[in-house]
Amino acid sequence: MIRKLLVVLLCAGSLSAHAALDPAQVRQLAAEDSSDKVAAIRQLTQTADPDAVRVLKAMADDNLYLAGDQTVIIEGDKAFDAATGEAIKMPANPESPTVNNRIRGELASALAALKLFDPDVTVRLTSAQKLQSQVTPEMAPLLARALEKESDARIKALLVLAHAQANLGNEDPEARMAAVKALAETSSPTIKSVLLPLTEKAGEPDDKVRYEAIATVKAIDSRLAMAENFGRAFSGLSLGSILLLGALGLAITYGVMGIINMAHGELLMVGAYATYGMQTLFRAYLPDYLDWYLPAAIPAAFFAAALVGVVMERTVIRWLYGRTLETLLATWGISLVLIQAARVLFGAQNVEVANPSWMSGGIEIMPNLILPWNRIIIVGFAMFVLFLVWVLMNKTRLGMFVRAVTQNRPMAGCVGVPTARIDTMAFALGAGIAGLGGVALSQISNVGPDMGQGYIVDSFMVVVVGGVGQLAGAVWAALGLGIFSKLLEGWAGAVIAKIAILVCIIIFIQKRPQGIFALKGRFVE
Amino acid sequence: MRKPLTLRILSALDSKGWLALGVFLALALVVVPLLHLAVPEDSAFHLSTYFITLIGKIMCYALVAVAMDLIWGYGGILSLGHGLFFALGGYAFGMYLMRQIGRDGSYGADIPDFMVFLDWKEIPWFWSGSDSFLWVAILVIVVPALVAFIFGYFAFRSRIKGVYFSIITQALTYAAMLLFFRNETGFGGNNGFTDFKRVLGFSVTSPETRLVLFGLTAVMLAVTLVFASWLVKSKFGRVLTAIRDAESRVMFIGYNPLWYKLTIWVISAVLCGIAGALYVPQVGIINPSEMSPANSIEIAIWVAVGGRGTLIGPIIGAFVVNLAKSWFTVSFPEYWLFFLGLLFIVVTLMLPQGLVGLWKKLMARKEGAAA
Repeated sequence: MIRKLLVVLLCAGSLSAHAALDPAQVRQLAAEDSSDKVAAIRQLTQTADPDAVRVLKAMADDNLYLAGDQTVIIEGDKAFDAATGEAIKMPANPESPTVNNRIRGELASALAALKLFDPDVTVRLTSAQKLQSQVTPEMAPLLARALEKESDARIKALLVLAHAQANLGNEDPEARMAAVKALAETSSPTIKSVLLPLTEKAGEPDDKVRYEAIATVKAIDSRLAMAENFGRAFSGLSLGSILLLGALGLAITYGVMGIINMAHGELLMVGAYATYGMQTLFRAYLPDYLDWYLPAAIPAAFFAAALVGVVMERTVIRWLYGRTLETLLATWGISLVLIQAARVLFGAQNVEVANPSWMSGGIEIMPNLILPWNRIIIVGFAMFVLFLVWVLMNKTRLGMFVRAVTQNRPMAGCVGVPTARIDTMAFALGAGIAGLGGVALSQISNVGPDMGQGYIVDSFMVVVVGGVGQLAGAVWAALGLGIFSKLLEGWAGAVIAKIAILVCIIIFIQKRPQGIFALKGRFVE
Repeated sequence: MRKPLTLRILSALDSKGWLALGVFLALALVVVPLLHLAVPEDSAFHLSTYFITLIGKIMCYALVAVAMDLIWGYGGILSLGHGLFFALGGYAFGMYLMRQIGRDGSYGADIPDFMVFLDWKEIPWFWSGSDSFLWVAILVIVVPALVAFIFGYFAFRSRIKGVYFSIITQALTYAAMLLFFRNETGFGGNNGFTDFKRVLGFSVTSPETRLVLFGLTAVMLAVTLVFASWLVKSKFGRVLTAIRDAESRVMFIGYNPLWYKLTIWVISAVLCGIAGALYVPQVGIINPSEMSPANSIEIAIWVAVGGRGTLIGPIIGAFVVNLAKSWFTVSFPEYWLFFLGLLFIVVTLMLPQGLVGLWKKLMARKEGAAA
């Protein structure tokens, strides 16, 4: 290995000594046969000479000409010798060599490869990144040279990979072995596909190298699978966060009043439309601060949904206490009215809510695992809302009253808790939290009149599984259901996963009708 | 000693009830066919095909509403998944109708078009026997009954009730809808079954077939009404009502509510299945959207509008709501959901006994004023 490096080093040294290119090689660029041209381009690329960049660029720009036996570059009214770069007299009748698409492609990749020697670090980095998927065995010496010169650690790591890939086709089994070993630490699907031919006898005659390749592919596979599962678990976590935002409010209203609010999904919709409205306001009046419409939308969505909740409670739900089944129907009616109202006000089409720029992009953890920022922020947001609700329920007087009414309404009334007002407050709180869920939802899915319909069944499932009136239950159930359904989706498809989850929940209810976390205490049915 | 069967059936309705039933059957079986076939089309008394189909459809809905009332009005169990049983009956009969198309489909194949589309070579196992009317008639009853029994057994055994039960039935029909939306499930996916040609060899579009189906639906509705009246007045019906009002007390007396609830639940599901089977040839299509939770919850509002716990109420409710729906969706399509939503709210808030309750109240006031 060291000897090889030395040779490369010497080569590089000798090349930089005489700056000019070999005129015969340059002459080949204008050869009749396309294959000869390609060969010349590749050879020139190998030199990694800045002069080569100049010549190849001229050829790509159709500035390379043949004048007799001399290859010249003509730019406007000036002519240069292609090999040396010296200005010469304008030749009499220069001929332009044919540059067809194959040659153009070859030129483009050659120029890209030569960018590895660019003085600018960022240019080198992007070039090295681009190279990863298009390494050919001929590039090996070039890459070795680039590796030698490179000082930046990130680019170096990329180049090591590229060099190893190029060396997989090396004649020398030792070199191949070294290359396979160098690739053992990676986890990219492209490198796996490069390694695959080496796992078969036809592709790799040497047993040792083949076994190494097989082991490496296995290792890459397991890392890929891990990344995939991790990605699924993460999307499950973000789905769970959405479910949690939907279910928290529902858990409060169901816990306090024992009613299912079928319009809960529509309160999510109200929150999402409030976000849309805030975005429209910012576009019209504060276009410079458009990125900050989202923080402003959070209180707006909370209060809009809470207001709708208060109106619902005061006008309809209040009159139906103790008649839970009727409340179910009445709130369903409210949801129909709200959906149609959204259609009339905003149109039946989905409206566009854009992610602020600080939410786009993501963190790349592995080549096939990117965690998008908007999902990460939603998980964080859900945790934040959860924390607020926890504080509100456990550390404030209002929270104490709500818990008291949940546990024993008549007794709470007897000791002076204003149960009717607590009902309104709790309902407004639940509605407001749904509105916050709508803000989160607007960032990852369509905002339209029907958007809430899909969440009511899911949200209720969370409440059922978690147990009534229990924040901890809602949290565990939401995250559990989210992650479980995403993992299941991975190998069974979305529809089957959904059906399986619903069936599992129906069976689960048989065993524990009170949910995972049941309230402790005495109850009268 | 018990009374003979005929007497018991006769006592299901009072004389006024029998008279009303007779008038209804005479209208459906004699007057409607005459007005449709014998009266010329330009006459004001002619009944159009649209009208026959609409009323036939609503009678199927009324059948579902009676089934729903048995379980909700008398059993106190609100199901938000009755659309599932309706659709199961419809799909079962739809299988037969699909097989009756024979080679007249657009691909001219022995198997239904959507199977050709899926590149299936032969009829899958669960379709076997679907070319026999008798087998399919059995399926129409057995499939909803079986699904209802299995689900109901587990649900009632763990004493799930109230809103819990409602939401779980909703989840059940939602899951089934997702399942039927898949092409691989083998029931036509999104499009479901349509383009029917024949039933028992008769063309489904001919006026005579339509009238026969119309008449059959009317008879089925009448028979169901008599059966339900007898059922709710029987000892079984009384225990059921007692369970609705005070389940714990009934248990302390020594009854096991499980079998009462389960029986009425299965009967209700079977009635829905039959209604679905009658619905499909008249409307000419069945697809998974029949199982959507919104459809099932609408059934509840028919019953609520008419009046729970009465048997005529659900029928009135089904007619009123669905006639309003067909009028609204033609004249003011954008206001239909507002109307339906407000109907849900107003009926639950102000008319807990429905239209029948309102009528009774008005009559009582009139009598009070007269006295």
